[in-house]
Formats: sequence, C-alpha cells, structure tokens
Amino acid sequence: MAAVSDRRRLPRILSTSLALILTLALGTAAAAAVPEDERLEPALLQQLGERNLRVVEQAVTDVAASGSPLALEVLVALRDGRLYRRDADGAILVASRVGGDVLFSDPALGTLGESLAVSEVTLIRVSNRIRRALSAAIASLSLEHEDPGVRLASARQFIDSPDAFLLETIERALAVEEVTRVRNALELARAATIATDPGQVEEARIEAVGVLAEAGTSRARRVLMSMFAEEGSDLELRRDDAVAAIDRTLARWQRAQNIWHGLSLGSVLLLAAMGLAITFGVMGVINMAHGEMIMIGAYTTFVVQGVVRSLAPALSELSLLIALPIAFLVAGAIGVLIERTVIRRLYSRPLETLLATWGISLILQQTVRTIFGASNQRVESPSWLSGSFEFGQMMITYNRLAILAFALVVLAAVILLLTRTSLGLHIRAVTQNRKMAESMGIRSDRVDMLTFGLGSGIAGIAGVALSQIANVSPNLGQSYIIDSFMVIVFGGVGNLFGTLVGAMTLGVTTQLVEPTLGSVAAKVLILVFIIIFIQFRPRGLFPQRGRAAE
Amino acid sequence: MITARLLSGRMTAWDGVFLLLLLVLAMVVPLLNLVPGQDSSFHISAYMVSVLGKYLCYALLALAIDLVWGYCGILSLGHGAFFGLGGYAMGMHLMRNIDGRGVYGHPVLPDFMVFLNWEELPWYWYGFDQFGFALLMVLLVPGALAFVLGYFAFRSRVTGVYLSIVTQAMTFALMLAFFQNDLGFGGSDGLTDFRDLFGISLTSDGMRSGLFAASAIILGLAYLGCRLIVSSKLGRVLVGVRDAESRLRFLGYRAERFKLAVWTFSAMLAGLAGALYVPQVGIINPGEFAPAKSIEAVIWVAVGGRGYLVGGPIGAVVVNAFKTFFTGNFADYWLFFLGGLFVFVTLFLPQGIFGWLRERFGSGGETRS
Repeated sequence: MAAVSDRRRLPRILSTSLALILTLALGTAAAAAVPEDERLEPALLQQLGERNLRVVEQAVTDVAASGSPLALEVLVALRDGRLYRRDADGAILVASRVGGDVLFSDPALGTLGESLAVSEVTLIRVSNRIRRALSAAIASLSLEHEDPGVRLASARQFIDSPDAFLLETIERALAVEEVTRVRNALELARAATIATDPGQVEEARIEAVGVLAEAGTSRARRVLMSMFAEEGSDLELRRDDAVAAIDRTLARWQRAQNIWHGLSLGSVLLLAAMGLAITFGVMGVINMAHGEMIMIGAYTTFVVQGVVRSLAPALSELSLLIALPIAFLVAGAIGVLIERTVIRRLYSRPLETLLATWGISLILQQTVRTIFGASNQRVESPSWLSGSFEFGQMMITYNRLAILAFALVVLAAVILLLTRTSLGLHIRAVTQNRKMAESMGIRSDRVDMLTFGLGSGIAGIAGVALSQIANVSPNLGQSYIIDSFMVIVFGGVGNLFGTLVGAMTLGVTTQLVEPTLGSVAAKVLILVFIIIFIQFRPRGLFPQRGRAAE
Repeated sequence: MITARLLSGRMTAWDGVFLLLLLVLAMVVPLLNLVPGQDSSFHISAYMVSVLGKYLCYALLALAIDLVWGYCGILSLGHGAFFGLGGYAMGMHLMRNIDGRGVYGHPVLPDFMVFLNWEELPWYWYGFDQFGFALLMVLLVPGALAFVLGYFAFRSRVTGVYLSIVTQAMTFALMLAFFQNDLGFGGSDGLTDFRDLFGISLTSDGMRSGLFAASAIILGLAYLGCRLIVSSKLGRVLVGVRDAESRLRFLGYRAERFKLAVWTFSAMLAGLAGALYVPQVGIINPGEFAPAKSIEAVIWVAVGGRGYLVGGPIGAVVVNAFKTFFTGNFADYWLFFLGGLFVFVTLFLPQGIFGWLRERFGSGGETRS
C-alpha cells in the first residue's frame, strides 16, 4: 500500500534549488490528487511539443494562464529539459529522478508515475526564443504562487540572476504582495534588475544601488560585484561605496554569528560544568568520573529512545523529555553509589579522590563499551528540534537554541534549589563551614551524599542535551572533562554565577579567536590563558570569601 | 669516594637492594641476550630486552613523579608532557641521524617535511644532528617549561587540585599542539622510522642491550641523586612543604623556591626517561602527551607506594607487567583492571606495595608522617 502511494506521488524536481522548494509545495498539492477541472488539457500540452515556435510560445502562455497547480512544474520541466513526448500516443510526460529511477508522470492525468525505456520517449527541446517566454511565465507563476515560501525562493532567485526582461513581472508581483519578507525580497529583486541593466538611466541605477546597499546582505553584494559600471563614473563610485558599506555590515553580522556560536558553546560548557561546580564546591572533591556521568546520561537517552519507539511509537517525538528525569535518576543513583562506596572513605584526601574517581571513570567507560560497543550510537532528534531560522543574517539552529535555553533553565532550577529549599540551605552551610554546620545538627554525610547525587544527576541531564549535538560514544565524557575543569577553575569554586560567567566567557572567546587562528590553536590559546590567569587569580574570577576560603 | 661519604648514613638496606638489583640487571640482561644461542632456555630475545628497557624508562618517570608527589605534595598530572618533550628531543636527533636514507632520500629534511613540501629545515631543528646538543635539549626543554610554569604557579601559591588541573591543562595543550602538522614535529604520526644512534643500528642486539644497560645505570644514578636530595636538609624542607606549607612559611622559609628547584629537577628526570624510551620503542607521537598517560604514571607511584623513592619504580614495573600480560591476552579487561587498581590502591593500600611490604617485613627507609 505504502509503496503504491509513494509511486503515485508527484515526483520530485531536483534540478535547481528553486525547484527543490517548489517541489515541497507541489508534492503536497499533488499528493492530495488534482481535481479533474484543474488538470491540464492534453491538447494544450501537446502544443508544447510542436515545431512551430509561435504555437509553442502561445502554448506556454496558455499553460501559465490555465490556473492549474501543475502548470509551474510542467514549465520548469520544459526549461530544464525534463519534458518528454511518448512516441506511442504523443502524451506529454514530466521526467523526474526518484531515488535511482527516472519516473514519468502525465500532467494531463494528474499524478501517475511510471518508468519507461528511453527508446519509448522523445525529449522536447526548447529554442532560445521560447526560453525567454518560458522564464517570464515561470517567474510570474512562481511569484504568484499561493505559498509565500515559493514566492520568497523565486524572488531570491531573481536577485541572484537578474534579468531586465523580468522587471515588469517583478513590479506586478510587488504591487500585490502582502507578506513583508517576500516584499523585501521582491524590492531587492527589482533593485538588482535595475542596477544590472545598462539600459536603465544612471539615476535609477544609482537609486537601486542604494537599495542594495541598504539590504547589506552578501546576496546584494554579489549583485553589486557583478554589475557593470563605467570606470570613473558616478555609478561606479556609488557602487564601490555600497560594497564597502555591505562589507562592514557583513563583518558585524559575522561577529554576531560568532558570538552566538560562542554562547552556544558556552551553554554546552555550562551544562557540563554545573554538576562539577556543585560537587567540587561543596565537597572539595575533584570528580574525574564526572564526564562519564554525562556519557551515561547520553546513553540513557539512547536506551529510552529505543524503548519508547518499540513500546509507544506515538510518543517518540517526546522521548527526549521522557529521558530527562530518567537520566537524572540513573546518573544520580550511580553518583550516590560512588559516594557511598568510594569517596566517603577518602575525605580529607582530595588528591587520592581524584585518582580513585579516575579509576571509576575507566571502569564506567569500559562497561559501556562492553554493553553497547565502541562505535557511536545514533540518537534521533525530534522534529521540533531540527531545522533553523534566520535572524537578520545569522543562522540559528533550533537545537542549539534549545540547549542554551535548557542550560539557563537548569541553572535557574539549581539556584532555586540552593536558595529556597532546606536541602539547599544545608548544602550552603556545609560549603561555608563544615564543622560549624555539623555542630548545628546538620548531618553533613547525608548532605555530601545528596550533593554528589545532585551533581551527578545534573551531569546526566546534561548528557541528554549533549546527545543532540555530540557523538554518543564511550569517550563522550572524556571530551568534556578538561573543559569543565577549566570553567570551574576560571569561574571560581562553589559559585554558580562564576560557573555561568566562566562558561560563557570561555565559549565566546574560543569562537571569536577561532576564525583567525583555527580551532586547535584557539583551544591551546585558551588553555594557556587559563594557566596564566590562575597565577593571578588562583581562586578564579569569583573566589569564595570568608573562613571557608583557606 | 665523595659520593660514598655523602651517602653513608643516608642509605638504607632497601636502597642497597634496589641499586644492586639494577646493577645486576644492567649486566645480566645484555649478557643473556648476547651470549647464549637463540635456542638456549637462558636466551633473552631482543624484543624482550626492549620491553624490559621500556619498563626501566617508566620506572625513571615514576621516580621523578614520586620525588615531587611523595616528598613535596605536588600531584602532577602533566609529567607525561616532560617525558614527551624529552622523547621528542631525542626523536629529533634520531631523525637527523637518518641522514638522507629516508624514503624520499632528502639529504637534510626528514621524510614528513618532504611530504609536506617544506623547503628547508625549521630553525628549531638546527643542532639536533649533534648528540651533545640533543642531550642538552632533553634536559633543558622540559626543565625550562617546568621552571616557567612552576615559577608562576608556586609564586601565586597555586596548590593542591588546582595545581593538578593546571598541569593537566598543560599536557593537554601540548598534545593538541603537537597533533598539528604545521608545528614541524610530524603531526599525529610523530617521529619514527629511526635508523641508528652513534652509527649503530637501533635494531641490532648490541644497541638494544646497550640502551637497556644505559637505562638501568641512569635509573640507578637518578635514584642516588633523588636519595641525596631527600635525605639532605633540602629534603627535610620539602617534607615540611608537603605537610604544613603555611607553617614553614611562617618560620621564614621561601617554600616556593624549594618547590621550584625540586619540581624542575623532576621534570628533567622525566625528560631523560622520555629520551631513553624513544630509541627503544622506535616511535614518539603526540599520544604521549595525552592526559590519561600522565595519570596512569601517577597510579604507578600510588601502587608502588609514594614517599619512599623505591616505590615508584616498583609500581611502574608491576603495573606495566600486568599491562603487557592483559593487552596480550584479555585486552577488553585491561581498563577494568586498571580502573579497579586505582580504586583498590587508594582505598585499601594507601601506602602502596612497598609500604605494605615494609610494614610486614620490618622497617628501613624513613618514616612518613
């Protein structure tokens, strides 16, 4: 059943990027089967294959005017050399590549796709004269398309390859367009068309250059670079100014994009380091197995996803959310276990704790490797996390945005926990002065256990988030542990605000340095910077004050 | 004679046993490799000689770590960096010794530089064709790095886990840097395909035995040097730094100077260990800078027992013998074993093997606080 409906869907067009977007719209339109009165007349279609150019030209116009949702696809196919005549009955067919096969569909019948031998069909060729009429027809069809996405894509195409011939079409579309984004693109397309047309008067072209400069995009810059301007003319002067202005704008946006990447990296570091900050701050314990808690969180996500997919496929979009509490509990429980069996016996020997937890991290890594294998596991992204949007000239992906928001939410939750609950009160008391807290009746060993569980649990949910952007492999934790230490050392111990500032500073600095130095040199530079920094602020940016400090 | 007088009263029976053992090894292993025929049951294969020589290099690295950790309280997670730098310095000398016999046959440039289309030797490769210069660099480069890092760190009283993390960051940064092709040290492949040292092939039995004997003798000399340091007044101050740094400062000692001196010395020993290691193993690559390697070296000391000097070498040999056994037979379980060893030793054997031995079989050596 599924296979049949797949074949019945209108085939895809892959020839141009515009076509790709068109298809998405057309594909869905066709899937809902074209009503009889909207199909194209076989007689009209056959005129496209006539020898007489005048007949063909008229046919192109008529197809465009037919109002059929298939008209655009037929014309695009004709332009791209994918329109064929079946020798047996003279039917006109659209060829398209689906997977490895070429399928032919008949626009006169609606949506049927079938495979035919090359010998059964003849390609319909287009002369240059027809090509003109064809692109005008395609332009007005796509600019009047009901889907704003298609209109936007085609308007952009006219910015990229302006054609003086299409100015009228663009202006007509501009007069009726209501969506702002499409309007803006159309205005740019109009400016690009005028600016690149030597036939226009100089004043008009200079004005158009101004519009392009205003846009400040690399697309507009390409138009300006490609336009012809007489040497020494006023136009050339304006053009050069405009290019320089766009370069400045682009550089600003590039910097903004880098800062965004930096904030994104910073949020990853924040998530990874937060749990460590808590355990290190409260217990003075360096937990080298912290990275493995993140890794366990990521693997929990992988397992939860598999279970949800097989038990309740309807919920698979939400498996990430289901994994969050489970990862917290799994990693937290392992943390409590480690605290009870190993770390408890090593208090007041922080350096030994470091070694023992390193040993634990080796065991956890090898355990996961034994169970799941050494290769990367695939964690699916739910559809609500995939894709991206443009903000100005920045590209922002949803999963990065979600991780940034998530990191801040977790940070806020932990701060609330520390300041608004009795457990938080106890944790802070033990952090500040363990002996005094004990003599006030706080069971510091219980606080230690819960703190360690909390820190590990947070690492676990960090793992859920990182499973979206990192390779889920037994080595996942290793790649974050040193960075996490750097964040803590930089931000100061036992201070979540310091962790936030430390993570964001390191993230943004790395991304700002990277374009000029390369990623490895940037990383080395950051490490060297921290080594130097710690000489001057041995306790980090925001050191703890008071008695607890020594 | 002076040495003998200096050492009298400072040596213990354990020291004597250890040094005697090294001396015997230095003579017997080469003899058993060179004299009996291949079929004799006393014959030690050339491969085995190199493996044992490798253990001795690890023992020297462990000794260097024990000197700073056991006596000065500095837990270095970056001694692999010094070891690696020493190794690279020796590797550069061996590369220059290839002398036009590489695959590309370039008279001066090592193969990897020809491969990367380099025109001429980078300035920092000059001089490495001289063994003396290379040996100097083996000591100076790790020493200088340790001095600079230590100078700033000890001056601003970066101690404890902070210092550990800084040393780890140092070796991590070096690893990332050395992975780069354009740094001029062979990128991820490192330096390899060595030919000979002093004109003698590295794969010949004589050279392998000689390198083994040199490793044993240098380990013995380094051990004597460390023993001299820790049993002198300087050693007492170091133990003071380890146990109560603030108190020592109040008494007027410039603790950071003592730490810096012994820290730099230890880095040089680690560099020497790396230099002995490279010709016996035949390769040096950025993997030696991996933080995990440095931590593994620390566990050797913990296993052997820290604060005795002899513990580090014992731990290095024991753990690596296990490693050779495991990776040959049950490679999958090696990390379980190593991880378990970390936990077991820190929990149940805080004095290490040697501490446990000494407790059972009478005393010797100095007391630990």
